[in-house]
Amino acid sequence: MNLWQGFEPGQLIALSILVPFIGALLVVATGKTPNLRETVTLSTAVILFTIVLAITDLVFQGVALNLQVIELFPGLGISFDVEPLGVLFALVASFLWIITSIYAIGYMRGHHEVNQTRFFCCFALAISSVMAICFSGNLLTLFIFYEVLTLSTYPLVTHAGTDAAKKGGRIYLGILLSTSIAFLLLAVLGTWSLTGTLDFRPGGIFAETEHKGVLAVLLVLFCYGIGKAAIMPFHRWLPAAMVAPTPVSALLHAVAVVKAGVFSILKVVIYIFGLDELRNLETTDIMLYIGAATILISSCIAMTKDNLKARLAYSTVSQLSYIVVGALLASSIAAAGAALHIATHAAGKITLFFCAGAIMVASHKKNISDMAGLGRQMPLTMAAFAIGAISIIGLPPMAGTWSKWHLAMGALDADKLLIVATLIISSLLNIAYLLPIPFKAFFHRSNEAQEAWSWSQTKEAPLPCLIAIGVTSLGCIVMFFYPEPLIALINLIPDVSTIGNSDG
Amino acid sequence: MFEQHLAALPIIIPLIAAPIALILGRSLLTWGFATLISAWACYASWHLLLAALSEGSLSYAMGGWPPPWGIEMRVDAANAFVLLAVTAVSTLVLVYSKNSIEKEIDSAQHPLFYTAHLLCLAGLSGILVTGDAFNLFVFLEISSLATYTLVSLARDRRCLTAAFRYLVMGTIGATFILIGVGMLYMKTGTLNMLDLAERIHLADGNRTINTGLAFIMVGVSIKLALFPLHAWLPPAYTHAPSAVTAFLASTATKVAVYVMIRFIFTIFGADYVFREMGMDLILMVLAIVAIFKCSYMATAQSNVKTVLAYSSVAQIGYMVLGVSLVSVTGLMAGLIHIFNHALMKGALFMAVGAVFYRVGSVDIKAFRGLGKQMPLTMAAFTIAGLSIIGVPLTVGFVSKWYLVTAALEQQHWILAFLVLAGSLLAVIYIGRVLEAAYFQSASDDASAAEVKEAPWLMLIPMWSLVIANIYFGIETSITTEAASSASEWLFQNSKVLEVSP
Repeated sequence: MNLWQGFEPGQLIALSILVPFIGALLVVATGKTPNLRETVTLSTAVILFTIVLAITDLVFQGVALNLQVIELFPGLGISFDVEPLGVLFALVASFLWIITSIYAIGYMRGHHEVNQTRFFCCFALAISSVMAICFSGNLLTLFIFYEVLTLSTYPLVTHAGTDAAKKGGRIYLGILLSTSIAFLLLAVLGTWSLTGTLDFRPGGIFAETEHKGVLAVLLVLFCYGIGKAAIMPFHRWLPAAMVAPTPVSALLHAVAVVKAGVFSILKVVIYIFGLDELRNLETTDIMLYIGAATILISSCIAMTKDNLKARLAYSTVSQLSYIVVGALLASSIAAAGAALHIATHAAGKITLFFCAGAIMVASHKKNISDMAGLGRQMPLTMAAFAIGAISIIGLPPMAGTWSKWHLAMGALDADKLLIVATLIISSLLNIAYLLPIPFKAFFHRSNEAQEAWSWSQTKEAPLPCLIAIGVTSLGCIVMFFYPEPLIALINLIPDVSTIGNSDG
Repeated sequence: MFEQHLAALPIIIPLIAAPIALILGRSLLTWGFATLISAWACYASWHLLLAALSEGSLSYAMGGWPPPWGIEMRVDAANAFVLLAVTAVSTLVLVYSKNSIEKEIDSAQHPLFYTAHLLCLAGLSGILVTGDAFNLFVFLEISSLATYTLVSLARDRRCLTAAFRYLVMGTIGATFILIGVGMLYMKTGTLNMLDLAERIHLADGNRTINTGLAFIMVGVSIKLALFPLHAWLPPAYTHAPSAVTAFLASTATKVAVYVMIRFIFTIFGADYVFREMGMDLILMVLAIVAIFKCSYMATAQSNVKTVLAYSSVAQIGYMVLGVSLVSVTGLMAGLIHIFNHALMKGALFMAVGAVFYRVGSVDIKAFRGLGKQMPLTMAAFTIAGLSIIGVPLTVGFVSKWYLVTAALEQQHWILAFLVLAGSLLAVIYIGRVLEAAYFQSASDDASAAEVKEAPWLMLIPMWSLVIANIYFGIETSITTEAASSASEWLFQNSKVLEVSP
């Protein structure tokens, strides 16, 4: 990227965090004139994406990017260090931020939401902290911005200001803050006192630690401390967060926030424990099967939900555990599948949420049982929903295929047949709770609409919403036919490879 | 002259100024005078800290009588550090008090407030710098008597019962300390702390000294409101004028914690207190119970000042826990938390006082809708509240970090977990207030609609503390270096005595 050539690598990291932060300030400054405010949001998002692209370019060239900011404790401070996994997450988050901003403009205006300035400001702040999480160079930095992300998204969850929103916000903040303080901080401090470092290093930092029992406990603390990964029984915050406006649910609770959780778990597994060390811990298998149970149980719960967003939320809980399972299989190919799933699930799930929001704006329907025959009214939206659903299920020709494929290969590679079975059953469950929605929308007729269908009957969501939906559903297809750049990026992660070698 | 008598200045300046404040009468002048005096004392303690950090420790013989016969003032990194915090908070509180006491204290008694405040400051400074055990008791009484006066000054007459309760408990505590010091004098024939330390060590295992230790520890525990001897604190903090509460909460109990540290490490020696007498286990258990019991009590109160008062007792638990770990890091965590907690609680009580100034009540219901009406005050409350919880980039996080590190150093994993779990209760009690302020709408009557932002003279000191909360949460080297050198110094001195005979 020639655009940012004059900048030092370290400055690029700083820019990636500062640009959305400054964007947030500008949003507040221009709050009086909505058109200008939205221009600020969009241009900030585009600038951020070009910065991330520039960083990606440098990573492919093998340039080391790092940045020390301040030292909080002797030998430990806020520092950033770019590695391929973080770049992957940053690419996904920053690209989808552009799309979500377009969508949000249509949605927030179509839905006549209040306090839109606060909304766009907090949104930009959340993205800023996601960038900091992506590029964090040690556990302390990760922890700090993990907390900032929780706090900056709280006003978004409670945006509506109703009693339901307050209750949802309380659960959201309660679970995320308490797990992170009681478990994650303890795990971080435990790591610090065992090793004297919190840096992310290829191969892990525990090589010289003799207390394997303590490490086993630490792993459990990390898995539950990172509550954003929504492993059961600490998953309740995610359905509770669905009271937020749909763009928030779409970008934050299908992509940025939840992916920050599973990203942190992957990062801890790869760079703190190291896949080799992980394989020998006693608790790895326990957490692995808890992850597998989360996949199945939340899929079953999803089936019982009639509210579309609630169903998607439980589907997300289930899909997040795919990534957790991929990480804990401790096989290089499963880890690659997990990393890939961050990108493919993001595209699929954000499409589904966009559709749910579009339906809400255009027809004010929230429940699936009311959506029969909706395909006549919103054909484009429902077609996109079908594409997203197929991608989540993991069928060709959609992107989800690749990540499920690698996860299953990883499970076989690690000789965990039970996990393979879980993945297959889960795909069937996905079919059972996702596909009926577009199916009924297209093939069931509501009673009054008997005449032949024509375009004039359609009543779609505002144009910005449709554009966003189009881009992400197209993304699902493109990533199937053209996954090479992603795979090349993932193969740069130490110990992780899509080809797979069981020796690690 | 300034350099030469530096160690005595933080006591002498406010002590002389106190009666002058009374003579000046009720005017703006008294306020300005008291504030300047306090600022001067603060400036002197800053120089003392610099001197202590560069030279290790300073000794000053009061009236030219050399120790151990005369009264010695001893300044080292540990007490200079706390002294700076106390005088700085005192100055900020005095700036703040001009508006605050208009609402809460009868104007006839304003000079009395400034006089009592300065006397209290003199007493607290005296406790910190003195090197003499009996002199410590005298200063403790000066500060305590001033405190009882301060608490009882409020217009709200419920403060009288609270002050009386405080008076009774405080006097019992002081008497216990006096009895303890008397026993030590009986056995050793000296009152100078360093002299005492040597002789106590020689009189190894003597029953009189054991009893003296017990009396002193109980007495100090009352003064610092260690659970279960904390019953006087919540009513006193609730009913005292806000400016008084802000000052006491961030200084008086902290100084008492310092007294405990001083008695344990300098006079009795850590080995004797912890190894032989097993005090560490007692303190640790009481501290843990304090953290949980009082944090829980804080979640169930409707008066926000009471919430913060119970929270203070819980936070004292964290400091004592640090001491009870018997390690350099643990003691350091305790000392850091003394300083950091002064910053947080000072800001919180000032914010609550500002709410009282505008709304006239500190019930949690009165906070409804204040997020819109008093945005700056509530923003200050929010940041200081996050600091109490221990969110990163605030001072609260630094305290928690070192306390948990200290616990993990000794493989106390459960203790580490309990410390962190305790802060979850803080999430609840701070969260309740924030929810009322930001998510509930104000009542509809006309008076509520007129609530304005607090006056600048209240906001400036409040925000100075809030900014300090963030500044020292990011630039941690100043506090940690001072605390770690203080902690190492205290431990070394304990150990030196162990070898010397």
